[in-house]
Amino acid sequence: MIQVFAFYLFACIMIGAAALTIFARNPVHSVLWLIVAFFNAGGLMILLGAEFIAMLLVIVYVGAVAVLFLFVVMMLNIDFAELRAGFVSYLPFGMLIAIVLAAEILLGLGIWSVGPIELAQRAAPVPADIHNIQAIGALLYTRYIFLFEMAGLVLLVAMIGAIVLTHRGRSGVRGQNIDRQNRRRPQDAIVNIAQPVGKGVEL
Amino acid sequence: MTAFFQSLGLPFEGAWLLSTIIGILVIALPLMLAVAMIIYADRKIWAAMALRRGPNVVGPLGLLQSFADGLKVFLQETIVPSAANKGLFLIAPIITFTVALMAWAVIPFDTGVVLADINVGLLYILAISSLGVYGVVIAGWASNSKYPFFSAMRASAQMISYEVSIGFILICVVLWAGSFNLTTIVESQKGYYGLLNGNGFNPLLFPMAIMFLISALAETARAPFDLTEAESELVAGYQTEYSSMAFALYWLGEYANVLLMCTLNALLFWGGYLPPLDIPVLYCVPGIIWLFAKILFFFFVFSWVKATVPRYRYDQLMRLGWKIFLPTSLLFVFLVSGFLMLTRYGGAA
Amino acid sequence: MIAHYIKSFTLWEFVKAHWLTLKYFFKPKATINYPYEKNPISPRFRGEHALRRYPNGEERCIACKLCEAICPAQAITIEAQPRDDGSRRTTRYDIDMTKCIYCGFCQEACPVDAIVEGPNFEFATETREELIYDKAKLLENGDKWERAIAANLAADAPYR
Repeated sequence: MIQVFAFYLFACIMIGAAALTIFARNPVHSVLWLIVAFFNAGGLMILLGAEFIAMLLVIVYVGAVAVLFLFVVMMLNIDFAELRAGFVSYLPFGMLIAIVLAAEILLGLGIWSVGPIELAQRAAPVPADIHNIQAIGALLYTRYIFLFEMAGLVLLVAMIGAIVLTHRGRSGVRGQNIDRQNRRRPQDAIVNIAQPVGKGVEL
Repeated sequence: MTAFFQSLGLPFEGAWLLSTIIGILVIALPLMLAVAMIIYADRKIWAAMALRRGPNVVGPLGLLQSFADGLKVFLQETIVPSAANKGLFLIAPIITFTVALMAWAVIPFDTGVVLADINVGLLYILAISSLGVYGVVIAGWASNSKYPFFSAMRASAQMISYEVSIGFILICVVLWAGSFNLTTIVESQKGYYGLLNGNGFNPLLFPMAIMFLISALAETARAPFDLTEAESELVAGYQTEYSSMAFALYWLGEYANVLLMCTLNALLFWGGYLPPLDIPVLYCVPGIIWLFAKILFFFFVFSWVKATVPRYRYDQLMRLGWKIFLPTSLLFVFLVSGFLMLTRYGGAA
Repeated sequence: MIAHYIKSFTLWEFVKAHWLTLKYFFKPKATINYPYEKNPISPRFRGEHALRRYPNGEERCIACKLCEAICPAQAITIEAQPRDDGSRRTTRYDIDMTKCIYCGFCQEACPVDAIVEGPNFEFATETREELIYDKAKLLENGDKWERAIAANLAADAPYR
């Protein structure tokens, strides 16, 4: 009973938030609705018994990705009139995508009505005595180790690539070298001399 | 407690709901009281280190100062700037406050005394604390004012940066304990060298304990990393446009977060509700008292640091997070996992 | 060089700094518990103004307007008229305390020690209007603080 209630609560809020993500005029509101959607998706994952995935969803998407989205969107100075002006020219392309998506949904529904998929058969067997973190770990680091490492490598390459593409090595910038500052000792910086009068100072 | 209500004739759902609500109140109300007293303690400690007296007028020794402040703030007018985004402006402090309370659900106060003993407790705390930044960011944006906006920018970048290194530090602890469950993590700290309770006594994890303390300062935007409310540059940071209860909610939420970080320090590295020494006599004292003593000690450290270290510059903060903490914590993940591989798992992959 | 890195990684400077603040934590307070404790103040302290009287109750001020003339902030306004008995007295003696800079020139200028700056420094008010003192207020101050003012003047007399 309480699970069903929670499911419909999370699902309804998620769909509503997802719709509002698209319909919200203000891009910042869009991102915030997206966060609500992510959060409720996390709730659905918990209902499925996949608490590890739920937490990762919240940490990665809500905690990091969406903050960066928000960061960027907040900085943008968006002219809404200009955005709406370009709307008509994209209309045919948008319609095409909409038609394709609608067709796919219809196709999916058609297949579903032919014969329901036995979800229980498709789901991986859940071992009873270990947590799903351990289960994921056991699979990820044995059977899928190569794919896992490759995915990590691809991400690393992407990150380094992004840095290489956007990093500008500006010349003539006087940056702070904290290590050198810290290593400076009083005896390197200060000299105590008995200066004779009228002889001038050696700089 | 669910069983107790069921024995009174309630169905399971009703009993569960009732006992959970009671559990939430039992944690949240003392927490609010603790926050009020901890604000007072913070001001007193800070004052003492500056050779001042601190609040000493309201109540005996000024103990009721926070309540007086709360009452004063409560009676203020709620001002919403006309150019602000009204809905988000009012939601933002509520987010900060709620998020600060949510994380306490998985904190074990004694063996088995925990509201939600879930097996991803630590991940839950990471997830919830990563939500905390939204209160600040939304406040900064919705205020439609430049200083809160700068503050929000700083806060988001700062919290994301330090969450990365906090994540790696926590992984060290999780590797050592072999679990994400906070109770298991605390129990696994029993009996280092047959005498000491606490991961902090482990030479591999002690540097992590220090780094976690520093990262916690940055994560809660306490001095010396309180750049989000650097008053000399940003007026009052993201709170600039806030008044009345909204302001009070930020205040409460911030200190609840500070308390949470102190508790995490105690739980993850210094044995949580276990006594510091593994001697049977010390187990006579209830675990919750040991935990409170440790929390108070770490809160004292937080105030102590605030009174000692001047504020970092923003680029220094970023340098510390990305160029020092991130590589060091990664190195320690490597060392800890290597050490465990060699000792606990016999070197076989 | 190596010592430097050991120092930097053990956060030695921070440890030293925290030790220092911890020592200060237990030191006696440098501040006083103000409304209950007050610092001793000098006899020359220049606080709230007061107009004094002679012991027989006659006001000292003879409306010479020297204080009005010397006041650098032009805070003093005096109007004078002969009294019924023929003596020259003020009919109006106002000090705008919001203008006053507490330089003490008025009491230096006064030939009869009538206008003085007393030892009282706690005369904050809730409105500006209350800080514009008239003659009655100043005389009242004089009556209230006469003993302290007289003692201060006596204590400072050898140095004048």
